[in-house]
Amino acid sequence: MITFYFIAFLSIFFSILVISAKNPVHSILYLILTFFTFTIHYILLNAQFLAIVNFIVYMGAILVLFLYTLMLINLNKDSEPVKPFMVKLAGVVGGGILAVAIASSLKLLGTSNPVLLQNPDLGLVKNLGKVLFDEFLLPFEVSSVLLLSAMVGAVLLATKEKEPKAA
Amino acid sequence: METPQLIFSIVLIVVIFLISLVVAMYSTYAERKVAAFFQDRIGPNRAGPWGILQPLADGGKMFLKEEIIPTNATGFLFIVGPSLAILTACIGSAVIPWGSAIQIGGHTFDLQVTDINVGILYIFGVVSLGVYGIMIGGWASNNKYSLLGAIRAASQNISYEISMGLSIIALLMLTGTLSLKEIAEQQHSWHWNVIRQPLGFLLFLVCAFAETNRSPFDLPECETELVGGYHTEYSSMKLGFYLFAEYINMFISSAVMATLYWGGYNYPGMDWVAAHTGPTVAPIIGVVVLFAKIFFSIFFFMWVRWTIPRFRYDQLMDLGWKILIPLAIANIVLTGVGSTLLTHFGY
Amino acid sequence: MEPLSNKRKVLEVKPLNFLERAYLPAIVGGLSTTMKHFFKKPVTISYPEEKREFSENFRGMHSLKRDEEGRERCTACGLCALSCPAEAITMTAAERQKGEEHLYREEKYAAVYEINMLRCIFCGLCEEACPKEAIYLDGDIVPADYLRKDFIYGKDKLVEAPLNQ
Repeated sequence: MITFYFIAFLSIFFSILVISAKNPVHSILYLILTFFTFTIHYILLNAQFLAIVNFIVYMGAILVLFLYTLMLINLNKDSEPVKPFMVKLAGVVGGGILAVAIASSLKLLGTSNPVLLQNPDLGLVKNLGKVLFDEFLLPFEVSSVLLLSAMVGAVLLATKEKEPKAA
Repeated sequence: METPQLIFSIVLIVVIFLISLVVAMYSTYAERKVAAFFQDRIGPNRAGPWGILQPLADGGKMFLKEEIIPTNATGFLFIVGPSLAILTACIGSAVIPWGSAIQIGGHTFDLQVTDINVGILYIFGVVSLGVYGIMIGGWASNNKYSLLGAIRAASQNISYEISMGLSIIALLMLTGTLSLKEIAEQQHSWHWNVIRQPLGFLLFLVCAFAETNRSPFDLPECETELVGGYHTEYSSMKLGFYLFAEYINMFISSAVMATLYWGGYNYPGMDWVAAHTGPTVAPIIGVVVLFAKIFFSIFFFMWVRWTIPRFRYDQLMDLGWKILIPLAIANIVLTGVGSTLLTHFGY
Repeated sequence: MEPLSNKRKVLEVKPLNFLERAYLPAIVGGLSTTMKHFFKKPVTISYPEEKREFSENFRGMHSLKRDEEGRERCTACGLCALSCPAEAITMTAAERQKGEEHLYREEKYAAVYEINMLRCIFCGLCEEACPKEAIYLDGDIVPADYLRKDFIYGKDKLVEAPLNQ
């Protein structure tokens, strides 16, 4: 339990650093640390597969791409766009509404019955695979179709349509 | 875990750590010697007989060099970079089975630090993490060449990770487990996976070269274009860490390759040997066999380095995305069809 | 353009066939080539221990010769210094005193004879110019050193060792 509180504290601490860091590259690096603490959470929950996938996909691939893009963009004080006051106000109002929504929904749900796992080893690869490809086969395949369509869309956006040259 | 096994594991961790450091040290020496032999030269031969003290001399030199941190570098991250590189290089060895269970004084010990049931994915995760050391170091140097090297390393690693993962998937379809220990045990005697997965091994090999930034894929430190690549601004032991990490990576990826495809600690006729030598000596022979495979693999890395010239960057990306990934997918399909047909016809 | 010689060969660039495009045969070929070199005898000569044979007309470090009785041949005429294109040679002449006949052959001799080895280009013109056959460039390669002043070789380094020693 102490481990959990410590790791939970770390993840909250690092996620606050993500949004408060001045330098965007630093904030990505804090995000990596946040994801790392998530990985530890998964391990504590005995979900080894999820932990390692989080490790590979989020820490190892997606955040590398984030970092990659940020390194290419020359971000400094001069190029930072000055946001108008109205946008800032809208941001504050929007954030406040979101906070209220989350708080009220949590209150509505109350303390739900703690989810009891029938099988504590569900997070291991074998059991997870059986559940995914048996019980949840349809949602699994649908989500893969979703990813495929997203990929096709990205390729479509990236390829510039050749404009017919006016003679 | 019982106490004797725990103590044994701790001892094993220390021993493996030391072995990987020593192997990495002597890889630098071996690289220079091998390069010399390939070029009809002698190589380092001044420090000690045949120059075997050369790595110590190099290490001493590295420690005594002046420590330079550029004024405009991001100081903390500049140090984190090489530390992370060597850390991620070292932690990969935790899941590799170095031998079958050994009996010492009535106790049976596993020659593996930990057998997590997602061993391959762990290795994979560590490999994908390895690029952070290079990226952070390259960015923190505040130098165009370093940044370009870091960016090259990142895009190269991400591209080749995909085909590496796909080539492993084909292997996993046959083994049916993610645990490296079980995979090693399945390849008893001569049933090595490379026989069943020759194309998969080839793909994995190419990707391993790319992931360890070894020639012909050493574009992140391509001298002709990028001065020193991501470690242009580094000096002293921080540079040493980067160079060292490369050799440790090479050692670990050789060990992984030997375990996944070349039978790990298994060798033909091991049952006969085990019956004649007993449960203490036989595993040790297995460890020796594994290390022989690893050393040959390291030699192969060097052999290729001194044979094949470096790729151009677009060729690298073409190879990764247009050739290796389709081949890996084809390999998965072939493996699936093949294993289904074989089970159908009752083999 | 009209070819100047009939040696010109027009190469036909064919598209690569499948095996060539796969690169693997070429890579294997390259690996076997390097492997052949792996077992070849190294061509290296580990210099200070082993030395490559000098050719007969090799010009190395200078030596000031003695005659058959062990007397220095140099008479400090200065022709070597005059002929030297790099102006590497300087000398101070002195008169031979009574009782020094066993040391110097001529009545005049070089009290100081210095060659700056950093200036010397080892052309051998001093050798050609010497009327007394006193200087020859028949020595070894001039060794390396740390200070410029140490490259100015005096008589202690240049004069041949006495005969009966």
